[in-house]
Amino acid sequence: MPGAPGQARRRGQGWRALTPWLFLLVPLALLITFTYAPIADMVAYSFTDWDGVSPELHYTGGHNYAEIFTRQDLFEVFFVSGYYLAASAVQIVAALYFATILSFKVRFRNFFKGVLFFPSLINGVAIGFVFLYFFQDGGTLDTVLGLFGVHTGHAWLGTPVSANISLAGVSVWRYTGLNFVLFLGAIQSIPGELYEAAELDGASRWQQFRYIIAPGIKPVVTLTVILSVSGSLSVFEVPYIMTGGATGTETFVTQTVKLAFQYNKTGLASAAAVVLLLIVLAVTWVQRRLVPDDRADLV
Amino acid sequence: MSRRRALRALVYATLIAATLVVLLPLGVVLLTSLKSSKEMTDGSGALTPPDDPLDVHNYVEAFQDGRMLQAFGNTLFICAFAIAGTVLIGSMTAYAIDRFTFRLKKLVVALFLLAALVPGVTTQVATFQIVNSFGLFDTRWAPIVLYMGTDIVSIYIFLQFIRSIPVSLDEAARLDGANAFTIYWRIILPLLKPAIATVVIVKGIAVYNDFYIPFLYMPSQDLGVISTSLFRFRGPYGAHWEIISAGTILVILPTLIVFLALQRFIYNGFMRGATR
Repeated sequence: MPGAPGQARRRGQGWRALTPWLFLLVPLALLITFTYAPIADMVAYSFTDWDGVSPELHYTGGHNYAEIFTRQDLFEVFFVSGYYLAASAVQIVAALYFATILSFKVRFRNFFKGVLFFPSLINGVAIGFVFLYFFQDGGTLDTVLGLFGVHTGHAWLGTPVSANISLAGVSVWRYTGLNFVLFLGAIQSIPGELYEAAELDGASRWQQFRYIIAPGIKPVVTLTVILSVSGSLSVFEVPYIMTGGATGTETFVTQTVKLAFQYNKTGLASAAAVVLLLIVLAVTWVQRRLVPDDRADLV
Repeated sequence: MSRRRALRALVYATLIAATLVVLLPLGVVLLTSLKSSKEMTDGSGALTPPDDPLDVHNYVEAFQDGRMLQAFGNTLFICAFAIAGTVLIGSMTAYAIDRFTFRLKKLVVALFLLAALVPGVTTQVATFQIVNSFGLFDTRWAPIVLYMGTDIVSIYIFLQFIRSIPVSLDEAARLDGANAFTIYWRIILPLLKPAIATVVIVKGIAVYNDFYIPFLYMPSQDLGVISTSLFRFRGPYGAHWEIISAGTILVILPTLIVFLALQRFIYNGFMRGATR
């Protein structure tokens, strides 16, 4: 039995070194195939004139990038994001307000909570149809406004400005509840004694908000702000379903999808996607700097 | 004290206003779905109740002509595999990262973390070519592998839970002769039940509602899921809002039922999932 125990141990060690990799084999394969390989390919395509189908592709240098930043019709989509950014601001303020009042004692609290949150669970296509109907001429919105004596002979989705405001409004309707629940969770994780103590000291509701709630939920709010920025840049579903990008409602992603899958401009679409990715990464990087998030450590 | 009462009234007024804003668009669609096409052409107002509120004729038509049964079937199929895959992959990754020390661990963790920052929509142009090269385009496996391969949130949720499981349990089992796979399968996975519930709910809702991936990867009529089948209502029923409304309600209804049944878990799940 020469060196039996030592060998067994070494073999055991070999296994032990291998074991984590056996667990990680499939996850890593999927991660690389469907996240990192596409990113690498995308960057490569972005320097070519590829149409996505033909075997022929030519290296065109920075031509696609130049086109994105110089062609007005391609660049304009960035301004559309502005509407969604404004909507995010409304959404966050509304969510903060409702989270604050519903964290205190309110009648039918669970009912209100459920109603506010439910829209964020609804299918995007369904939401698109609900609001397509809502904004129709003589549809829900016009009827309701009529009840208040306001008559607008107005096609809500007819002009670029009102169409974008309407679509951004849908975003507010859809996502306020999600932010609300996140804020509510953060508020409820603040220990209750703090309020009791404050109440004993005669602090008003506003003071309680200002000095207890606001600092307690700051990390979640900052995170939401950053997510809203990248969300505003990558809006797709609702404008695609409701207007198909007509009347100046084209967003960055609806445009990229069209370039790639309708006009077969894979090269140009890839360059657009790279630009979007860089913006989102920059925004996230800024967030990590501003809020060093100690909970997001994976190790 | 009256100032306080005025404030209370204001709080309730805003809550009721918000409730109306949320429920009105949905309520009108429900009303419309119960109207006959004759009522619609006669110009029934948006807020007018239907003549016969028990007429479900539109629902039958939407369900049959919209091929909703097939859509629900496809969605269920994709949901089942995507969720099972996400649970296994997420928990295995978390187990490997939390319970082992190995070379390149930092790199692996960084790869997963960095991937969380890449919004899926941006890379689809290139992902499409890869899916296509595997011959998965226009099959139900395309969305399944995509949903499984990119879910960093579930890995994070599992990681949080695994950390709270004492390592002494693993060690005790190892002394009894269990290997890593037995420990994972017999000890870790059963103890992860609450995390699994969270992941199942959040992932299930995300897959049920996703439009982008099935829309890009499964253009065939026969492979319609809930989202894409509903989207196809736009063409044939363009002007028939009563049918579109019925289809819309058919899609929302299961979400509502699940929400009412699992409310508490859904709130928790979303809080855990979204704050990461």
